[in-house]
Amino acid sequence: MKVCMFHLMPYRDLPDDFQQRYKSAFIDPLWFDVADSEKVGQYYNATLDELLHAAKAGFHGLCTNQHHQNVYGFMANPSLMGSVLAKGTNGQNIAIIQLGSTLPSTSPPTRIAEEYAMLDCISGGRLIAGFPTGLPTDATISNAVVPVDQRERFREALELVIKAWSAREIFAWNGKHFQLGMVNLWPRPIQQPHPPIWIPGSGISSTAEYVVGLDHCFCHLSYYGAKNATTVTDRYWELAASKGRDDNPHRLSFLQLIGVADSDAEAEDIYGPHAEYFFHKLLYTPQYYQQIPGCLEYPALVQALRHNPRAEVKHSELKAKDLYERGFVMVGSPKTVREQLMEYMKRLRVGHLLTLLHFGSMPTELCKRNIDLFGREVLPHLAPLWDDEYEDRWWPQRLRAKRPAAVMAVA
Amino acid sequence: MAGPELRRIRLWQDRVETEVEVAGRGSALVYLHGPWGLNPDRAFIERLAGTHTVYAPRHPGTTPGDPNGVHAFSDWLDLLVYYGELFDRLQLHGPTTFVGHSFGGLVAAELAATSPKSVGKLALIDPIGLWRDDLPVKNWMVLSDTERRPSLFADPKGEAAQQFFATPSDPDERVEVLAQFVWSQACTGKFVWPVPDRGLKRRIHRIAAPTLIVWGDTDRIIAPDYAKEFAKRIAGARVQMIAKAGHLPQLEQPETVAKAVLDFLGN
Repeated sequence: MKVCMFHLMPYRDLPDDFQQRYKSAFIDPLWFDVADSEKVGQYYNATLDELLHAAKAGFHGLCTNQHHQNVYGFMANPSLMGSVLAKGTNGQNIAIIQLGSTLPSTSPPTRIAEEYAMLDCISGGRLIAGFPTGLPTDATISNAVVPVDQRERFREALELVIKAWSAREIFAWNGKHFQLGMVNLWPRPIQQPHPPIWIPGSGISSTAEYVVGLDHCFCHLSYYGAKNATTVTDRYWELAASKGRDDNPHRLSFLQLIGVADSDAEAEDIYGPHAEYFFHKLLYTPQYYQQIPGCLEYPALVQALRHNPRAEVKHSELKAKDLYERGFVMVGSPKTVREQLMEYMKRLRVGHLLTLLHFGSMPTELCKRNIDLFGREVLPHLAPLWDDEYEDRWWPQRLRAKRPAAVMAVA
Repeated sequence: MAGPELRRIRLWQDRVETEVEVAGRGSALVYLHGPWGLNPDRAFIERLAGTHTVYAPRHPGTTPGDPNGVHAFSDWLDLLVYYGELFDRLQLHGPTTFVGHSFGGLVAAELAATSPKSVGKLALIDPIGLWRDDLPVKNWMVLSDTERRPSLFADPKGEAAQQFFATPSDPDERVEVLAQFVWSQACTGKFVWPVPDRGLKRRIHRIAAPTLIVWGDTDRIIAPDYAKEFAKRIAGARVQMIAKAGHLPQLEQPETVAKAVLDFLGN
């Protein structure tokens, strides 16, 4: 399996009374009251350092993502981050996983096709092209996408991007949401007809069906841990089977918050404040920002009204030990973490594990220690999983032949 | 009183199914509902139906059983032309009276501006469609549970508010009612997101119909000052403020609003 480092690039020093001052981590916090540009410059640099550190520690891929107008993570343009990572990892067998630029809110979406093609060229064909539909607040409030159009725009844009990457002739695009008279993209990606495509989703809805239908990789980006993911992943594999797809685990990527230390007790102790910061401050988003009318298509809306398990989780009431017990955050010694991960990755049939080894207010030194320990004592045990049985068709061709050896972390 | 007659009509190259509730006797009156669907307005429509034949269509996508109808539209022009097609099908020829609330008020005003000869009289109840930077219209699609009631109603605990937010105890019916409530906002929101200004200000001078503007004096979605903004742009328009009413005065003060509208229409 492939083990990758995921980063959100959050604001790491929010005031203690943040939740009293604001009603949400998204949209409402006022920049000049809360944030500091100098400090944020340090965060961006620290984020890049941490991701590049993971590359040296033997991880297989580095993941960036796009969010707007929030304290939770604000790589407003993930291609800017990705280009630094692509250049910085040349010569290494590392996938650059853009997870990624949001198509519905980018007009014209060929802009993303160009940026991704640039990244594929700069990295020598190591790009994985991720296409999220975008969080409701990102797409509809920060970027003015009409809620009920979000998914339709996404599908049309993806079709346009793939055609723009691979078309041999100049073409015109006369879509419902986008019109371009002459498309002749420069540059084109090295990986033809297109780099591997990954599409995130939080549950099994029309997006998952669409992903399976097109034979792309589905990324279940949940913050509720492998322990709570069986319902979604079981449904995903049923869906794949019902559409005649094989059970290749690389069809599925999964995100997990992880904290490793020398002992279980130490891990529980040192990661506690950062886990609480993540769930109390960064995931502090009221439902009305997540449930903007139209962002869910009608059948998904009906399904959500019938049963919305997440509505029952009250983050603010959960202490670190609850977050551990419930499996939202996986912490422990390398042995504890690898045993749990091995069990869950097999159970869920995950081919790409996206580790969130930086979360909340974690300082860079602790994040790097987490990366080092994980890279040295956990990752090598997970890497061989599935390799004998399945080919990873959702990984850059040039990185498939030889699995990168887990190198000793550079302190 | 017997319930309204339901007509289901397929339109727009067969891609949209629209339910129209037809009630009452008398000259034709088209009622266009707001972002929360047609259902909350039924009792008010009944009052108008005493002296008029009221045609109350559901906006595209909000007709039960046809949620995807909304995707047959691209833009504002599509919606206006679609309504022309619907009124042709309903055989509403000649100047017709239009009453519209909120989003429906904007549609009615726009129809009166783009096709002045087809609108006889126009009554707008807390319409959206104009914009002042110093008085931004509150986004009714992004309201917390605690904000929603006081944003929509002058008396958040009053009977009208209770009724508006009431859900059936049967779980299936409850899901249906809530889904309709959310999806109606999604479908109407399609045409006015993210700022409910589709350029009516450039066309509003074309409205030739005698116009009544009704406004809840405690409207916290679109401030009562907007009544003046509409009135000064429509020749001869008259404003009537409704006391103790928010954005849905036809629900909070149905008798007063119905009387104002019916007096204006000449009954």
